[in-house]
Amino acid sequence: MASTTSRRDFLKMTATVGGGLLLGFHWLEAEAEASVFNAALSGTGAEFNSYLSISSDNVITIFSPNPELGQNIMTSFPMIVAEELEADWTKVKVLQAPLDTKRFERQVTGGSGAVPHSWKRLRTAGATAKQMLVQAAAKRWNVSDTECKAEMGVVTHLASGRKLSYGELAADAAALPAPQDVKLKDRKDFKLIGKIVKNVENHNIHTGKPLYGLDYSKPGMLFAMIQRPLAFGKKLKSVDSTAAKSMPGIVDVVKFKNNVAVVGKSTWQVMKARKALKLEYEDDRAIESSADHDRIFSELMDGDKATVRRKDGDVNAAFQSAAKVIKAEYQCPFLPHNPMEPMNFFAHVREDGVELVGPSQTPGSARAETAKLLGIPEDKITLELTRLGGGFGRRLMTDYVVEAAELSSIIKAPVKVIWSREDDMAGGYYRPAVRYRFEAALDDKGNMIGYKLRGVGINAGNPTRENNFPSGAVDNLLIESVDHRSPISTAPFRAPITNFLAFAEQAFLDEVAQAAGKDPVQFRLDLLQRAKSNPVGAIRYNPDRMIGVINLAAEKSGWGQKKDVAQGFSVYFSHASYVAQVAEVEMKNKKPSVKKIYAATDCGEVINLSGARQQVLGGIVDGLGHAMYSYLTFKDGAAEQNNFHKYRLIRMKEVPEIEAHFVDNGIEPTGLGEPSLPPTGGAVANAIFKATGKRIRNQPFINDEVFKVKSV
Amino acid sequence: MATYKLQINGRTYQTEAEPDTPLLWVLRDNLGLVGTKYGCGISACGACTVHVNGQAIRSCTYPVAAVGTSKVTTIEGLSAKGDHPVQQAWDEVDVAQCGYCQAGQIMTAAAFLKTNPKPSAEEIENAMHGNICRCGAYHRIKEAVKLASTKI
Repeated sequence: MASTTSRRDFLKMTATVGGGLLLGFHWLEAEAEASVFNAALSGTGAEFNSYLSISSDNVITIFSPNPELGQNIMTSFPMIVAEELEADWTKVKVLQAPLDTKRFERQVTGGSGAVPHSWKRLRTAGATAKQMLVQAAAKRWNVSDTECKAEMGVVTHLASGRKLSYGELAADAAALPAPQDVKLKDRKDFKLIGKIVKNVENHNIHTGKPLYGLDYSKPGMLFAMIQRPLAFGKKLKSVDSTAAKSMPGIVDVVKFKNNVAVVGKSTWQVMKARKALKLEYEDDRAIESSADHDRIFSELMDGDKATVRRKDGDVNAAFQSAAKVIKAEYQCPFLPHNPMEPMNFFAHVREDGVELVGPSQTPGSARAETAKLLGIPEDKITLELTRLGGGFGRRLMTDYVVEAAELSSIIKAPVKVIWSREDDMAGGYYRPAVRYRFEAALDDKGNMIGYKLRGVGINAGNPTRENNFPSGAVDNLLIESVDHRSPISTAPFRAPITNFLAFAEQAFLDEVAQAAGKDPVQFRLDLLQRAKSNPVGAIRYNPDRMIGVINLAAEKSGWGQKKDVAQGFSVYFSHASYVAQVAEVEMKNKKPSVKKIYAATDCGEVINLSGARQQVLGGIVDGLGHAMYSYLTFKDGAAEQNNFHKYRLIRMKEVPEIEAHFVDNGIEPTGLGEPSLPPTGGAVANAIFKATGKRIRNQPFINDEVFKVKSV
Repeated sequence: MATYKLQINGRTYQTEAEPDTPLLWVLRDNLGLVGTKYGCGISACGACTVHVNGQAIRSCTYPVAAVGTSKVTTIEGLSAKGDHPVQQAWDEVDVAQCGYCQAGQIMTAAAFLKTNPKPSAEEIENAMHGNICRCGAYHRIKEAVKLASTKI
């Protein structure tokens, strides 16, 4: 639709509001059905220079600047704007914005940070526009704007009942100076926020419209797949591409760095020709296997070198005076992210500029890295965002974008680089493998007087969160970490570090509570009371919010009152939100089976109840599935699982009932893309302990002996 | 290369491809019908599910040469306006997160409900178990299949 609107049709009134967002209005002459990639095309700067627009026929167009990977930001962001704008939601059109750092801030999907970052900005943008519409109406009627009310896309003069629609007012309103310090709505007056609003892209998704990077094409575009080293630590020695080059549809075979790119006219031709490459590799760096990692974990766990992350009191004295010491080790494997849409990106490097199109969680970094590689200024590069077929942290990396640009610069042609599932799973980035050792000292009354944690990771950086609970609740505490640098590449994985740390910590605290003879919920509440009333050192979490979700989860699950089912408890603070979970396990054919999970979430204000429930349920399924079934092992530097026949992802029959509850405290939103995932593994492991008497300390759980019992 | 005349979504498409080319890539690369998704290439995830003569098949391992005169239906052709009972149910339940697997889920569900219009919860789980949703939208997929069964 935008492509039919010429530049002079714009009423160019823009005003900076809400700390950097540009708010403006323009007139759309015609409203045609938008092609799904139109937003990107029209957002390159030629036609749209605004964030929010209202057409003469009352269509409200809202750009969604952040990458959409299923967190439903394309629906929740516009909801926030529309709420304050008093828009008629059925008249709102949402378009994905391209990367545009001049108009938008933080075009990133990561860290559960989009809504917290943009909450006030988006509200202010909507409220400012509403105020301008009211002022335009008041001016036209020659009345005071306090006599007018905006509702459902219409401004009404209360005394006379006269009405003007937003579309009728848009041109006048946009010419007014933007008011400062507009009043935001009281939450009790919210009509959209907190309600169930359906995904704005449903129809496009359900009818198979081209939405994703892999769906993108343009005339003259070539297809490419890249053969990367099959094992970490290897480098390319030689390639014979004679046979591949002679195969149908193959345009070129190009070697760059350790890569061999097969370029052709269709995906299948490229896939086939790639198999005809004759490749030789040689050792370049350490060649590691999973057995090496187990040995390295043990060495570094017992070694005398570690980075101290936090130290409170005198841990040695506490452990020496302890009535009881509990010690346990927990370990997790590498995991590939496995978004359902494999990596891909389109690049066209021309003399006069670069065009990039595809799915990225960090388009700004992808552009910066591309500029660096090609030695050109960033403003010569456009980056259009497609919808992402999942991300989970993998698309925070920029490798697959830069690689596409590099290939395009070599072959001097527009090209879409496609990764196979095997490329993605066996040659990408992983959730790092980590081992933790926890130690707790109890006095003779069962109080935890000392706490030690050492985390050893393979390219994990700091695998602890030293200022999270239970720090602040224990007088004597030592948290340290050791990192092994490996050729195996790692990346943030949904709820980085905490996706495993939370399981280990919450399962260990269950062990400590048991040793102290205390109820696991009460044990945590006692610690939190201590952290609240008299904290030891600095803490990053809010004890009251954590207590709130604990109490809600305990209440909703009937904690401690059920005789016929084994319950396990877990609570975790991650990013900026709090989630407590109770898992219920029953024995089925002598094996534990997860029947139900209760979740109590405090993410502050819930924007879209439908999307919020999806994030909670999805995060729990993600956390449960990976804890139960998934692992990636290495043999001589190569991943041993490379597709879904060898690598198990959770499927429908393995999913328990889930009940999601939210704390309604009206505080500003604190994010929800990740925080529901971390507590799940611990809740389930603790419930399995209740059911079987056995502690599971390693992921995946399915490899534990409790699941290897012969069925009846 | 061979020439194929394919009956897809009630239309005849003529295209050239090598006989072993999976139907998935003919749909996507040759015909621009990109609603059918690539997920694994080994029939293990269900993202590429289409109907051949009403049966749900994995198009990523189904060679174009095997299609012959069979009638192929893809997500683009499931209904004229996107209002097939399964599509309606998917919207009402608000199933999708990233949405990438949903075309395959919908096609699996639509073929299943044709053979079993009033399934039990367990039958739904069995029918949908082969389709992976990495976002974990399984609860809503199940609910939507159930809802769709009341509309058929």
